[in-house]
Amino acid sequence: MPAPTATFINIGERTNVTGSARFRKLIQAGDYAAAVEVARDQVVNGAQILDVNMDEGLLDSEKAMTTFLNLLAAEPDIARVPIMIDSSKWTVIEAGLKCVQGKSIVNSISMKEGEAAFIEQAGKVLQYGAAAVVMAFDEKGQADTFQRKTEIAARAYRVLTEEVGFPPEDIIIDPNIFAIATGIEEHNNYAVDFIEATRWIRQNLPHAHVSGGVSNLSFSFRGNEKVREAMHSVFLYHAIQAGMDMGIVNAGQLAVYEEIEPELRELSEDVILNRRPDATERLLEAAERYRGDGAQKREADLAWRTWPVEKRLEHALVSGITEFIEADTEEARQRVERPLHVIEGPLMAGMNVVGDLFGAGKMFLPQVVKSARVMKQAVAYLMPFMEAEKEALGVTGLSSAGKILLATVKGDVHDIGKNIVGVVLACNNYEVIDLGVMVPTQKVLDTARAEKVDIIGLSGLITPSLDEMVHAAAEMERQGLDLPLMIGGATTSRVHTAVKINPAYKRGQAVHVLDASRAVGVASSLLGSGRGTYVREVREEYDRIAAKHAAADADKKRLSLADARADRYVIDWSQYSAPRPSFLGVRAFRDYPLAELVPYIDWTPFFAAWEIRGTYPGILEDATVGPAAKALLHDAQVMLKRMVDEKWVSANAVIGFWPANAVGDDVAVYADEGRRVELDRLHTLRQQMARSTDRRRHVALADFVSPREAVADFIGGFAVTAGIGEDKVIERFQKANDDFSKILSQSLTDRLAEAFAERMHERVRQEFWGYAPGEQFTNEALIAEKYRGIRPAPGYPAQPDHTEKATLFRLLDAEKEAGISLTESFAMWPASSVSGLYIAHPESHYFGVGKIERDQVEDYAERKAMSVAEVERWLAPILAYDPSRAEAAE
Amino acid sequence: MTKFEMSETERQLRALAKERILVLDGAMGTLIQTLRLDEAGYRGARFADWKQDVRGNNDLLILSQPQHIKAMHRAYLEAGADIVETNTFASTSIAQADYGMEALAYEMNREGARLAKEAAREMEVTTPDRPRFVAGAIGPTNRTASISPDVNNPGFRAVSFDQLKDSYAEAARGLIDGGADIILVETIFDTLNAKAAVVAIEEEFARRGRRWPLMLSGTITDLSGRTLSGQTPSAFWYSLRHARPFSIGLNCALGAKEMRAHIEELSRVADTLICAYPNAGLPNEFGLYDESPLSMAEMIQEFARSGLVNIVGGCCGTTPDHIRAFADAVAGIRPRVIPELTPKLRLAGLEPFEAAA
Repeated sequence: MPAPTATFINIGERTNVTGSARFRKLIQAGDYAAAVEVARDQVVNGAQILDVNMDEGLLDSEKAMTTFLNLLAAEPDIARVPIMIDSSKWTVIEAGLKCVQGKSIVNSISMKEGEAAFIEQAGKVLQYGAAAVVMAFDEKGQADTFQRKTEIAARAYRVLTEEVGFPPEDIIIDPNIFAIATGIEEHNNYAVDFIEATRWIRQNLPHAHVSGGVSNLSFSFRGNEKVREAMHSVFLYHAIQAGMDMGIVNAGQLAVYEEIEPELRELSEDVILNRRPDATERLLEAAERYRGDGAQKREADLAWRTWPVEKRLEHALVSGITEFIEADTEEARQRVERPLHVIEGPLMAGMNVVGDLFGAGKMFLPQVVKSARVMKQAVAYLMPFMEAEKEALGVTGLSSAGKILLATVKGDVHDIGKNIVGVVLACNNYEVIDLGVMVPTQKVLDTARAEKVDIIGLSGLITPSLDEMVHAAAEMERQGLDLPLMIGGATTSRVHTAVKINPAYKRGQAVHVLDASRAVGVASSLLGSGRGTYVREVREEYDRIAAKHAAADADKKRLSLADARADRYVIDWSQYSAPRPSFLGVRAFRDYPLAELVPYIDWTPFFAAWEIRGTYPGILEDATVGPAAKALLHDAQVMLKRMVDEKWVSANAVIGFWPANAVGDDVAVYADEGRRVELDRLHTLRQQMARSTDRRRHVALADFVSPREAVADFIGGFAVTAGIGEDKVIERFQKANDDFSKILSQSLTDRLAEAFAERMHERVRQEFWGYAPGEQFTNEALIAEKYRGIRPAPGYPAQPDHTEKATLFRLLDAEKEAGISLTESFAMWPASSVSGLYIAHPESHYFGVGKIERDQVEDYAERKAMSVAEVERWLAPILAYDPSRAEAAE
Repeated sequence: MTKFEMSETERQLRALAKERILVLDGAMGTLIQTLRLDEAGYRGARFADWKQDVRGNNDLLILSQPQHIKAMHRAYLEAGADIVETNTFASTSIAQADYGMEALAYEMNREGARLAKEAAREMEVTTPDRPRFVAGAIGPTNRTASISPDVNNPGFRAVSFDQLKDSYAEAARGLIDGGADIILVETIFDTLNAKAAVVAIEEEFARRGRRWPLMLSGTITDLSGRTLSGQTPSAFWYSLRHARPFSIGLNCALGAKEMRAHIEELSRVADTLICAYPNAGLPNEFGLYDESPLSMAEMIQEFARSGLVNIVGGCCGTTPDHIRAFADAVAGIRPRVIPELTPKLRLAGLEPFEAAA
């Protein structure tokens, strides 16, 4: 970005206690918030540099300077411009220099106490990295004539450039603007002396600049702003032509030279240029006519004040303006039913805009912090109303939405983001306990227990914090906590949370929070009534991410197959008696009653298919997608009813059970309970990813079936479809050009097939295999896989090999028994079909095989009697190596 | 402040930098991670009974595991680094307070410089035609001088300019006593912190009556293209130009790709040498940096070909392999020519400001 260049630099003077009575009163009263607004006004009105002066006898000027500059640093729209640190006291200047990161201008230093002090101060100014205004002032006093002004300027310039090493372009000479038209004759030429000295300096002192405090000029016309403005404009017009390139001017009060009334302009010009002896009298006389006309009222850019209140709140949040926040919050409050709705509505909407702008790099940190402050003030304003409401409703005291413990993990000191999260949460009526930075895990856990918090939030910015968070999660697990764990901070991610933190913490749920604006949404979901479904949704999502990540994990180190087998999942079979299924062989179910399946439908994936993200039923109440979700569900239920009543499709299933035992990584399926005749063999794949931190084993499905020498075990299989006839339905809608109904019917048969698989598995557990006869789960619990045993499907993470479906279908005789066939790519037809194995052991669980190495592929190929190349083709997505390169290397 | 007299070392470095692009080393932290030291490892014998946990205090290894640190310097020198950084990023009393080791700050700096200097001298014996330099690294501490950690109290500061200055002065003293050839103030996230460092260092130079070359390196941490404290790259340079650094540049935070625009801006506005040492890409979800030596060297080479840089190196996630690849990649490429800028009054708030003439 090129720096803006300026021919004349306007320096605001309204944050100068000597130049502005109003500012002085604000500082004296300690009203720094209003004082900051004065500064903002100056910048908005075009001041390119902000002059700050705290030279007032009754003030602790060093402290006032420090306080005010520190406050300005927190206002990005003010702090964007350089500061002029203005004081006649060196100690005040130095205090100011210690507060400003940018390159400022010191106003001023001079030789009034001799050259030695001047050199020392100039050296310090240079060390702090500032430019300097040098007053035309020496041991003898202030320079008033052209001669004195130029002499002192030349001397100061020489000392600075030759003895201090001060860059000449950073020298700004102030040749002193004195009051004219005072009635004292010696004063009449002051303006001319200044203008001519300016010309001389610019011609003779290379790169040096000229500045001055303009308002002194018109001192004798105090109270007559119209005349003062005219004088200032005329003076500047000539001084700038002579080379003055900087000035302390009230930017909001400067007439345009050409627009000054010709008479007033000429009278002013006479005075300034000392053109006639009676110039002062003439201007004084005319001045009376202009008195009272007053300065034009500042036309600040307050257009946004006319916007609707929601937009005004958003604007205030994005711009960090607190000035009107209470009035606007009150206005918003009167428009809604409950004060809380102001927070949940326009204020959170505004914070979301802030979050988005921040994420897109269009806002930066200090602005976000300011936005949080505006939010806090708005909430503070609403608090009494919320309390009153709660009392009115009979609730005593103020109850918070929840208690949240925040900490930056051990080893990390970054907490700005965490603080923002804390503010945003507090703004939303959460009680926040912030343990600060470098917090050891044990302290977090102890505090969480002692304070009975509802959520723990951990933050970190540096990369080792990721491991620390995993450690914290594992400790929570180990110490038996089940609180939700929010993870946030720059290096954290959804993927890391899903892959590393989530598995370490099974008792509770870890949730990654992308940014502060999302924190409230996550916290309210974790503590609200929809908590169960939310957690389930997160868990599903994380499992998906973890599986995807495991699959994509090509670069990670892996164990050899032998080592992975040595670290297999070990079940203590001596403690297990394998339940015998109620029948062996296969059983078909034709034309299964659809009505029985409807309650088993999991609607969340249905909405996902329609690209409406969210968990059913909470999704229906979602502010954004709720209406759309409701409308879709209505249409779906109407169609589903007809589908069932009018039997648009029919559902078939086949299930089977066989004696089975693990043989290495495979499962032998026997025709007889004596296990003499092997019917077929199911092959499974083993995880090979290296695991440095956790203690999870390298699992294969075969681990969940007993080896022959231990227990006489069994395995089951199933294939279900709800798609018999679906092609005709699709065709019908296609002909009617009704894409919506076509897709709706497809998404419904797909759901029915999944519901069928769920229902069948339930019946298997309760009746057919019968190992859980008394089992009673809600549909929600079923979806959450709370039951004993699993039904892994070939082609899914636990057994990514689709070709295993061939074996399964052969065992089930699925085409004949259920009317489901396999394509040459092992896809099932009709499409709305589901197949898989049944495994009964209580310790069996879903997992992702992840990437596998060549040694396993070779071993697997041999077991399956397939060529390595063929196996590599089917397992391409999970190969940890590039088969073509592996060949070439050998 | 005395008038600026360029040090002999700086003259030598500037002469070298006219001939070729100089190579700085890579990350220490990445190598330290590979040691997989546990708490006891960090403590070593000397700090076996230290009152609090010190694992993660990488700078402590200067005192507890000096042989490892020296070996790392050696690895970078062998990879082709002209300048190696001391392992003293957090060796300020302010940063060490987290471990209760503020009293060790001076010693860490001194010993850190001594170790690096030893390694450099030993290397010079092997390659006598190539002088090697030690840059004494001073990190930003963990506190910001111009940002309040308390959003409700924006005027509050967790650390004062003078506290920072004292802490930096102690670090600089140690580094110089230990034999550092250069002082490098790096990973500057808040320019006011760096300003305190500059004052401290200048005072130390004045006390000793001589100067050392000064390298300054900022860090741009997010997509806004600004430092944490909100400055643009030009504003950052204008705010520090008075230190007359041997080099100005950027390190850490973003990878080479994201750093390019900012380095280009600095390269345009800064009339001194430009030094870029990015991270090995952005950390992935696991906090690992996966930009390979080759792919990163390609980007570094592009910086060099485009005339943007005079010194290149690596920050987090880079290894001796990276540095070797960078050294190869920039060999023979003409270094950036320092632009001659018209003297102008150049000021800065968060944004740069330039007077017409």
